[in-house]
Amino acid sequence: MSEPDVLAPAADVGGPQQPLLEVRAMSKHFPVRGGFLGRAGVVRAVDDVSFSVDKGEVLGIVGESGCGKSTTARLVIGLIQPDAGSIILDGEKLGAALSLRDLRRRVQMVFQDSYASLNPRLTIEASIAFGPIIHGISSSEARERAHDLLRKVGLDPATFADRYPHELSGGQRQRVNIARALALSPRLVLLDEAVSALDKSVEAQVLNLLIDLKQDLGLTYVFISHDLNVVRFISDRVLVMYLGEVVETGPVEALWQDARHPYTRALLAAMPSLDPDNRTKEAPIAGDPPNPINPPSGCRFHTRCAFAESVCSERSPALFATGNDRHTAACHMVDPASGHSKAGQSFARELQNA
Amino acid sequence: MSVVADDIVRIATVDKARGYWATVFRRLSRDKVAVVCASIILLIALAAILAPYLGLASPYTGSMIRRLRWIGTPGYPLGTDELGRDMVARLIYGGRLSLFLGLAPVVLAFLIGTTLGVMAGYLGGFVNQAIMRVVDVFYAFPSVLLAIAISGALGAGIVNSIVSLTIVFIPPVVRVSESVTTSVRSLDFVDAARASGAGPLTIMRVHVLGNVLGPIFVYSTSLISVCMILASGLSFLGLGTKPPEPEWGLMLNTLRTAIYVNPWVAALPGAMIFIVSICFNLLSDGMRSAMDVRA
Amino acid sequence: MLIYIAKRLVLVVPVVFAVALVCFLLVHIAPGDPLVSVLPPDASQALADQMRKAYGFDRPLPVQFGIWLWKALNGDLGTSIATGRAVAEEVGRAVGNTVMLAMVASLIGFAFGLMFGFLAGYFRDTWIDKLVTTLSITGVSMPHYWLGMVLVIIFSVQLGWLPAVGAGPGGWAWDWAHFQYMVLPAVTMSVIPMGIVARTVRALVGDLLSQEFVTALRAKGLTEVRVFVHVAKNAAPTAIAVMGLQFGYLLGGSILIETVFSWPGTGFLLNSAIFQRDLPLLQGTILVLALFFVFLNLVVDVIQAAIDPRIKRA
Repeated sequence: MSEPDVLAPAADVGGPQQPLLEVRAMSKHFPVRGGFLGRAGVVRAVDDVSFSVDKGEVLGIVGESGCGKSTTARLVIGLIQPDAGSIILDGEKLGAALSLRDLRRRVQMVFQDSYASLNPRLTIEASIAFGPIIHGISSSEARERAHDLLRKVGLDPATFADRYPHELSGGQRQRVNIARALALSPRLVLLDEAVSALDKSVEAQVLNLLIDLKQDLGLTYVFISHDLNVVRFISDRVLVMYLGEVVETGPVEALWQDARHPYTRALLAAMPSLDPDNRTKEAPIAGDPPNPINPPSGCRFHTRCAFAESVCSERSPALFATGNDRHTAACHMVDPASGHSKAGQSFARELQNA
Repeated sequence: MSVVADDIVRIATVDKARGYWATVFRRLSRDKVAVVCASIILLIALAAILAPYLGLASPYTGSMIRRLRWIGTPGYPLGTDELGRDMVARLIYGGRLSLFLGLAPVVLAFLIGTTLGVMAGYLGGFVNQAIMRVVDVFYAFPSVLLAIAISGALGAGIVNSIVSLTIVFIPPVVRVSESVTTSVRSLDFVDAARASGAGPLTIMRVHVLGNVLGPIFVYSTSLISVCMILASGLSFLGLGTKPPEPEWGLMLNTLRTAIYVNPWVAALPGAMIFIVSICFNLLSDGMRSAMDVRA
Repeated sequence: MLIYIAKRLVLVVPVVFAVALVCFLLVHIAPGDPLVSVLPPDASQALADQMRKAYGFDRPLPVQFGIWLWKALNGDLGTSIATGRAVAEEVGRAVGNTVMLAMVASLIGFAFGLMFGFLAGYFRDTWIDKLVTTLSITGVSMPHYWLGMVLVIIFSVQLGWLPAVGAGPGGWAWDWAHFQYMVLPAVTMSVIPMGIVARTVRALVGDLLSQEFVTALRAKGLTEVRVFVHVAKNAAPTAIAVMGLQFGYLLGGSILIETVFSWPGTGFLLNSAIFQRDLPLLQGTILVLALFFVFLNLVVDVIQAAIDPRIKRA
């Protein structure tokens, strides 16, 4: 079933209004082998997660280690199978109108560890050409394409094509990984902590490269990171995850100016201040994240939340619109009908007084 | 086993974008010990292969008058054995079977073991459990015991020896292959290959095998000396080669009673086993160092 | 800890069963009628049938296995075809001799192996290291049955200091009259374990010494002796595992040495069982040796878990 030009990006189906990626109620639980009798618990790595990504935008996903960001990415690209939920790419559902093979042509991923992402035995050229060759392109054409892509990411093919991964620096390797991800002309690129392991200056270069490529090739990004500054720089919208659930999502500045979920506010407040007159004195969140095998009842954050009340441990809040443009938060304080004492009030005012 | 798995990361480096094996060969050729050992093995192997053309006495015909002559007897530089046969001829011809019995089982175990181990390591799940549990059962026996038990059951003979020894050496190779494959499997580039849409066989061939064969191969070469000693041991017990075929282990057996009469001739076959075995061991160590490139 | 032991014990059961199955099947893959060794060549068909029934060879294989297994669990390993004595009794006597020999050989091998290994690890890349490495490679590459012969040539034939074969007159006693028979076989057997232990310990110690925690310990001001204790504790789990395994190999693989020295142990028994096609004896001996090895591995695992805190968590 090979298309006439395999290397052209998949055709746009739904038009600019239709989100490129829609994830609905996706869950993934990993079984945990228990004690002597093998009693199983489950790690609820991703629990009932829903979000969407518009064409041409950059969605940043942030959260602490272990909150499920990487698992979400791997679910979207099909490396892991979800236990529940659906993935819809440009209106076509995975498993129905969209096969796994097609998905893999339209969605690609750049991993964090630039060295482990490349087969140490293959030349750079061979690594990039691997994907196209799998899909039926002749090896000479695939090599041509690899050289093209190397140029696009700022590496001179004459110098780099025949090199091996260990002969490149971290930043160069990550460019190669980006080139490799682009080899099949995807429409959506997932970047899982793609710049986290790089030096700051190199990180800036790679980020700028990503922005340029997005414009040139009309890409859409999902950018996962734990570094809030980077996320702010590159994202249009941001999604905040905690313990496998989405707790808040909205346009990037809306979140930075007026985050409505206590966790998001704590994350933002936790960034050490660069202003010597305004030093960060103490950590805004207490304690460690709870055990994902046995998450707290109701709202998962209530054990560490300064504003927790009894309703928070009884009922789990759903994502509720805050009134602003597509800014939703899963907190009882946002929903006026939740029964929380501070429900419906503007948060910013509250925190000024706290 | 984790020591071998660690080799993966170290082995990955290559010099100046040249072929991987070419670089290993170059480093190996600079290692004096390895070169000496390889030469000795080559010499013995060549002598064994070209034995009929070397103008030697017949290894089969002897005469009871000339039995158990001492080393240095004119016409018989290394003496004669208990049936009067020339020791030089017996030793060189014996090399054929001894070397063959040392190498063949390891080669077979390498092929079969690597296939099973890589499959178990890459596919995981039920396939992995099935293969590894069977391997565990064989690991429950000490190798000498297993070899002797199987040979004892099958009976003496060259083919039976090879079968028995191959069975003994498959489990260790499977274990090492599985361990190494599992390490490689968890690396991101395998995921990236899966994300490109490649199927399991392609990934195993292009991405896994190349990274895995090195350590498995080196490990297998370290098994050769053990196999030689074991194979000769089987013949020594009368479970391997049958007389009158010349083979070093069998020669040790038949010459045993002669140690009171002519001890040095009786000890010669064992010396050959020892020399070849030590050379293979040193060569194997040299190969491991050559592949363990840390820039 | 107890849970770990219980878990391992439970896991051992299927292994034991599988080992028993393999032992049983092993002798039945042999070509040839097992009765051949017992019957005179001109035996009548009636006699052959009678013997076949007596030994149970006429039943289908799974039934034979079941009967054999049941009897074995009750301590009855059948009767030796060649000698007519109970297999359990023969094996019992032989095992004692082999264990004795293996233990003495292990003691020698491990003691020297550990010493050499530590020396080589501490004095990496000096002449000590090179010497030890050479010795251990020699030990490991040595066909031990040949070494046995060479030692016999030197110490028995040429010098006449030690006896060549046997285990001494009458029953065993720990006096020189008997012990002198053990010297050569034990020394011969100790060479391979010595080589392997030395090599392993050298690698372990060398590796540990280059790790940062050792530098940290020295920077703290610990005396070299205390640093050594730390290194030894870290090296212990792997070293014990290797030594346990080697002891198991000595027990199971003693047949070659015992043949050279005519030492009346299980290996010797195995030898005669094979050549006389004495199936019950063969089955019984292999079973006992294999089970010894399985339980030895179990003990080694438990000891390792007791010492190495990382293993229990896994």
